[in-house]
This record gives sequence, structure tokens and C-alpha cells, in this order.
Amino acid sequence: MQIEVKNLTKKYQDKLALDNISFLLDEPKIYGLLGRNGAGKTTFMEILSGHILATSGEIMIEHENPFDNQRITESICLIKEGNNFKKDLKVKNVLRIYSIFYSTWDHELADKLVEEYNLNPNAKVKTLSKGMESALGIIVGLASKAPITIFDEPYIGLDAAARKKFYEILVEEYELEKRTIIFSTHLIDEVSLLFEEVLIIQDGELVLKEEAEVLRNKTCSVSGTIQEVESFIKDKDIIGKKQLAGMMTAYVYADMKQARLAGLNVEGVPIQELMIYLTENKKGA
Amino acid sequence: MKYKLDDTRPIFLQIKEQLEDSVINGTIMPGERVPSTNEFASYYKINPATAAKGINELVNENILFKKRGVGMFVTENAKDILIEKRKETFYENFIQPLKSEAKKLHVSNEELVDMIKEGNTDAN
Repeated sequence: MQIEVKNLTKKYQDKLALDNISFLLDEPKIYGLLGRNGAGKTTFMEILSGHILATSGEIMIEHENPFDNQRITESICLIKEGNNFKKDLKVKNVLRIYSIFYSTWDHELADKLVEEYNLNPNAKVKTLSKGMESALGIIVGLASKAPITIFDEPYIGLDAAARKKFYEILVEEYELEKRTIIFSTHLIDEVSLLFEEVLIIQDGELVLKEEAEVLRNKTCSVSGTIQEVESFIKDKDIIGKKQLAGMMTAYVYADMKQARLAGLNVEGVPIQELMIYLTENKKGA
Repeated sequence: MKYKLDDTRPIFLQIKEQLEDSVINGTIMPGERVPSTNEFASYYKINPATAAKGINELVNENILFKKRGVGMFVTENAKDILIEKRKETFYENFIQPLKSEAKKLHVSNEELVDMIKEGNTDAN
């Protein structure tokens, strides 16, 4: 489903959470939505899911506004960091309710995951540990098979092994059927290989939207003497730089081969680092 | 198979290089089937589209061919093609960095040649 974001702005009293952002997600892909705390990611995902209204501008899903629009919200599943479900419900009832709401619901997958994550179907949500509650969220998100599935930091309390299982099943499901998955997390190193496209939000603005492979190919860190590095980066797009004892490292959009030929020490930049440099810069500016 | 991929280089290139290495060192022989896009994606937990890009480039370079409904297989002359290709980039990938490091350390060309020869005798 096509998602078109047009001049989207959201204000909470005096605070600008989203500042006139526009972009298009036109294909079913796994998108990584990254940014620091308070950057505006969660606000964006809540507007996208039709939970809250924008102050101005809009998000159109297949040319329709998701707010108060059942046809559209049936195609969207948002799993948040916590409090996704009513505390007094039993696990099996949570699953039943969602299975009725989502016409795309996969019963078999839900059952399989309940077993994999060792959830007791008769337990009430309020008796679940943090990790177990997160597991339930992940089960609902995956089994919903919603054409737009959004995970907003979905795994508080989940240990590394349980997160790994989640990534595995996510890939398997995505292979079987492509859908739009928007994934927001701070554990970028764990999931960056899953992203096909990366969006970075900072202070309510979109600072980057690019294919993950293009980022890996085009960004690099170059090190050498201050003079060497300065002369190499003078006509380049610079993400950040630092220096120590006459040596300088700069993070730039540049061709690695060209940098090597210039005699510089060249390394790639992991997406997590890139996010840090991009958002640090903005803060300082 | 590498245990983990490197997030700082394009993933499709790493998938591609890995298959190339397997063909060059004979781990996968001509006519043998190679892992599918989905097998790579599941194994490394990477985006299937990315794995597909690496495999498709190898098809375009006549290293792999597709048998409909069965999978991807290594072509008869895959190894020869790859060795030729690797030789072409050998200078750029190995000799150039060697020379630039040598220059930094004031190692002359003669000394460098001597070192390579020495390495040869050591290996024998």
C-alpha cells in the first residue's frame, strides 16, 4: 500500500513534534525509521495508524486519510513499546479479538508463535512479564499480516535469543509475502541488515531517506593528516569530522576507491554510526 | 560461509563475493546448485531483495544460471570467468595498497620485490 506524507505537522501545545515533513513510501519494503529520543518517530507512527490527528498536512494511504477510516485501519497494525493490550484480557482473547479485526490474520502462525514464545493462552495480560507482553505484541504484529505493519520499539524486556527468533520469523514471513514493515528501534546494529530503506528523523524533520545498500556504498570514514583529509573532503558532502593529534577522521559521502587512491585510510560506516553523526550534527548546529 | 556480514559494505556485494570465492576454491562445482535468495536471507537475516541483487548480478555475469522452478546453478566456465575478473582487480585491490604503504614506510620498489621473492622461498 502506498503511503504518501504531505507537509505533515504536529504540534503539542508549543512543542513542534513534526515539522512539515513530506515523503513517499511507494513499495512494500522493510523500512527502518530511526532517530533519537523525542525526534518525532512515535508521533509519526501514531498519525500513520490513524490513532491521532495531524495539526496540518496529511498522510494518505492509497489516497485515503487513515483517521477514523475503518477500511484503512484494518490494513494497518501498530505494535508499540508497551500497553498494546487491555490488562484484564487473557492471551487467547487478545488473539481472538485481533483475528476478528484483521481479515488477513494467520491463525496457524499465531498458534505456532504462542508455542515458540512459551506463552500461556489462559494467562491474563497483567500477569505477563515485560518480555512476555512484548512477545504477545510481536505475535499480533506478525500474525496480523497487515499490509502495513509497524513495530515501534516492540521488544522491551525480550532477551537476545527471543529477539533473534523475532528477526528470523520476520524474514521468513516477509519472504512468503512482501508487505510494508516499518521498524523503529534503537538496537540498530541488530536489525540494520533487514532494512531495505532507511529514514532518519531529527527534531521533527526528515534528515535522510535512502536505500540501505546505497548508504553502505556511498558513505565512508576517511582518516589521515588534517591537511590530507581537508583537501579530500573540501568538495564533498560532510556528515561529521573529528581530530586528534594532527590526525583527522571525516564521515563523508564519497567513493571509497577514490579515497583510497588519495592515500587515506578508508572504512565503511555502519548505519547505527551514521545515525549518530547525522543527528549529533543537527543538534550542535 | 562467513558467520556474519559486515554492515559497512553493500550486502549484495558480500553475498556475491562469497559465492565467487566458493566457485573459485571449488567448494561449489560447475553444475551444482547454490543457496537460494531465501536461504541466504534466512541464514544471515538480511533483506531478501538484497540477497537477490547479489545473485542476479552473478546470473548477468554468466557465473550462475537459472533452472526454472529448481534454483540457481553454477555455469560450466564460471571458475575461468571469475579468475580472469579477479586478476583484473588484483592490481587495484592488492598491489596498490601495498605500494602506498611501502611508500609511507620509505620501502623502495627493489626492497618490495625482494620481500615478495623472500616470501616465496619461505612458502616453499
